[in-house]
Amino acid sequence: MNTTWSRFNIASLVLGFAFLYLPIVLLVVYSFNESRLVTVWAGFSTKWYVSLFNNQSFIDAAWVTIRVGLISATVATVLGTLGALAMTRYTRFRGRLLFSAMIYAPLVMPEVITGLSMLLLFVAIGFDRGIWTVTLAHITFSMCFVAVVVQSRLVTFDRSLEEAAMDLGATPVTTFFKVTLPVILPAVVSGWMLAFTLSLDDLVISSFTSGPGATTLPMRIYSQVRLGVTPEINAACTILIAIVAVGVIIASIANKRREVQKARDEQAAARN
Amino acid sequence: MKSLGSFRRKFAPWNDPEAKPFIAIENVTKKFADFTAVDDLSLNIYNREFFALLGASGCGKSTLLRMLAGFEEPTAGRILLDGQDMRGIPPYKRPVNMMFQSYALFPHMTVEGNIAFGLKQDGMQKGDIEARVGEMLKLVKLERFAKRKPHQLSGGQRQRVALARAVAKRPKVLLLDEPLGALDKKLREETQFELMDLQMKLGLTFVVVTHDQEEAMTMADRIAVMDKGKVMQVATPAEVYEAPNSKFVADFIGNVNMFEGTAAAVANGKIDIAVEPENFTIRTDALKSCAVGQPVGFAIRPEKIRISRKQPADPSINSAHGEMWDIAYFGDMTVFHVKLESGRIIKAASLNAVRTVEDPLGYDDMVWVNFDTDAGIVLTS
Repeated sequence: MNTTWSRFNIASLVLGFAFLYLPIVLLVVYSFNESRLVTVWAGFSTKWYVSLFNNQSFIDAAWVTIRVGLISATVATVLGTLGALAMTRYTRFRGRLLFSAMIYAPLVMPEVITGLSMLLLFVAIGFDRGIWTVTLAHITFSMCFVAVVVQSRLVTFDRSLEEAAMDLGATPVTTFFKVTLPVILPAVVSGWMLAFTLSLDDLVISSFTSGPGATTLPMRIYSQVRLGVTPEINAACTILIAIVAVGVIIASIANKRREVQKARDEQAAARN
Repeated sequence: MKSLGSFRRKFAPWNDPEAKPFIAIENVTKKFADFTAVDDLSLNIYNREFFALLGASGCGKSTLLRMLAGFEEPTAGRILLDGQDMRGIPPYKRPVNMMFQSYALFPHMTVEGNIAFGLKQDGMQKGDIEARVGEMLKLVKLERFAKRKPHQLSGGQRQRVALARAVAKRPKVLLLDEPLGALDKKLREETQFELMDLQMKLGLTFVVVTHDQEEAMTMADRIAVMDKGKVMQVATPAEVYEAPNSKFVADFIGNVNMFEGTAAAVANGKIDIAVEPENFTIRTDALKSCAVGQPVGFAIRPEKIRISRKQPADPSINSAHGEMWDIAYFGDMTVFHVKLESGRIIKAASLNAVRTVEDPLGYDDMVWVNFDTDAGIVLTS
């Protein structure tokens, strides 16, 4: 293949990546700054990480975030998968268009509106705001994303697999757990990871729906920044970035490996 | 062991008025919205029969198969299996298994796992399952591939796994949806005989859906030719080919020369047909009767037409003069296209039984096509 790198190409590549990653690089670099001032480099140090781990309010916020993330992602995955199944299986019921539009609408709904409406609902029914209201709100908006991810997999799902299972004596329930779910599992797992990530970094909806003792990490960081940025924040953000990056890298390596292995197996099968 | 043929020749429960059908399809209709896929169809299929549903795509044959499997419920009519009404019985409670056109192998399970799936649903003991799976693998000659996943197999191997999985539960009836459709030609021919052999060994009733008439003719005891949701004819392959009951069946199965005309004289089972527009008369031993003046069709297969340079001396032989128009040489046989004076093209096939012919027929030769009075079929519908 003939790939010539013109100056224009190189320049646009560099600029593009700089635009995307320079802020993050700066944030990571200054998390290792000796100085208290965020913009003045005074030598390498990990002391802000130490102080971060001694900061109880940050640790508490991190636990809240993880708990909300795990619970909301799991519930959203179950509900989203069920929604996706309903959308792909029952293609001809009255009001299907309305139903599918209603599943997609929250994807494009401004977060402020989602958050505010949730808040009003919780106030109206007298539900005390706290970790459970945040979790419920996160389930609500992230299940739509799960539904979309799972639905895109179900569209290409070969229904004759399910028919074959039932033909061989499996009840619809067994068929779902032994055949359908294992086959669509990669999409369900992606949906869960997406829901977890969305929950992890949500600020707006959390702010509307949380109450005393239910401060999530993004909320903690945001309120801290308003009082002035300390390198502790940089350290917290760096850890978050590291976790997400490691997750993404592991997922893509595993995916790539599986694809390569599958292609190799198929070639081998065609030969014999 | 006796060959397949010796059994087959004697196997004809459909001619026995005492025989009870194993599958009885009674006036079954299936409608999808305003489309009628299967239209008031009745069929009897007998125990241990290899039965083929043959038709073009959209003729309703797959819908009928899916109703037998339980994936679709008839809109009207009923299906009896071994005397039991199947209405309302879900697929997972029916004593039938199906081999799918796409094979529908479970991609996340090994070959063993696929075959064992149905047995596990029946709550069979672990040891029995292993024994049965081993037996099935041996039957389809896939012992070496037990631990492989479906995507690690070739097309032919996948087909055999699908077959092993479908017969593992020893169903009363095996339904096969275009079982050989995805295989290449050579493999398909081999597999046809393997399927017939398997059906004999296991003593099962097979119902196969196919659009490939050669496949149906080779494998089946009887064929149901379907069109627009209706059965046009049910008969053995030889009957369907040599004695089609309608113009549709005659035209659908194999090659045929079709003439239209009117019955000019009818006597003692013989019908003389005045053919338009040639204005000649075909004399036939129709072994049936019709009214004089009734419009009739006449169908004759290419291999039953002879070609000669001289008109046959025997006046009882039908003959017509024409010009050699086209010659299609296939190696084993040659199909001659002869153009009659009326412009009609007649196809005549002859077997190339000897390697060299002294005076071969060539293009533009003037020839006589001729055939005996019992060579063709008179069709009144």
